[in-house]
Amino acid sequence: MGEPRFDSDLEALRAGDEAAFQSLVQRYHTSMFKLAMTYVGDRGVAEDVVQESWLTCLRSLDRFEGRSSLKTWLFGILVNVARARRRKESRILPFSSFWRRDDSDSRRPTVDGSRFGSDGMWSVGPHSWDNIPESNVLGAETLQHVKSAIDALPAKQREVILLRDVAGFEATEVSSLLGISPANERVRLHRARAAVRQALEEYLR
Amino acid sequence: MTCRQVVELMTDYLEGALSAVDRARFEQHIAGCDGCTAYLAQLRMARKIMGKLADEPVPAGVEKELLEAFRSWRSTR
Repeated sequence: MGEPRFDSDLEALRAGDEAAFQSLVQRYHTSMFKLAMTYVGDRGVAEDVVQESWLTCLRSLDRFEGRSSLKTWLFGILVNVARARRRKESRILPFSSFWRRDDSDSRRPTVDGSRFGSDGMWSVGPHSWDNIPESNVLGAETLQHVKSAIDALPAKQREVILLRDVAGFEATEVSSLLGISPANERVRLHRARAAVRQALEEYLR
Repeated sequence: MTCRQVVELMTDYLEGALSAVDRARFEQHIAGCDGCTAYLAQLRMARKIMGKLADEPVPAGVEKELLEAFRSWRSTR
């Protein structure tokens, strides 16, 4: 947010530069698709949501004032399109399982109490990864486990961690994109990161 | 601070949301605690791995459709 600034991606899109569009698609598609899946839960519908978001973005390029980055604006459109689609789908499906009750906003401990002694200090501390080569920790199989761990999160946590840690938005942008308070954003992020770390610990032990 | 308390402050710490006083107490604990040091390092590593997820290639069919949509938008301008 702030004063309009020069954005070379924006200028290239306005000029109809297909290579620039393709490069933006390659940069943002996975994050956009995963975020869309958080709302609609069906791959085909999620692809539609991404495409509709791009088209909405392209069609309103001339009205875009550049007060946020193109990326923030694009993801804002995606959130709106995906939420509208979810409302439409939930009229067709009698029960929506996507937004089932969850503990995303709770401040319950994120680490199992049995891992601490009665003094509150670790009794079963985290298993160190120092002896695992970084190429393994960052390898394809680990990535797959992290993906599954994110997919298993409640939607409210998933949308936050996707925007903050996968898409790389600043925390303030995440809370404003989702319309939640910064404190609430951090509570959800904390639960989500703790769950992903826990899944990694189980895989890498 | 106990380890049990410190682990629940890790995100606030990483996000720069702790008060100066809490940050100092947090860092003091971490400095003397291998378990919490490892936990914090693991959260940082988890973030690093998640950042790589965005680099997954776009499925070819999906990219083709998006490029076609782009061209049809461009032709109507």
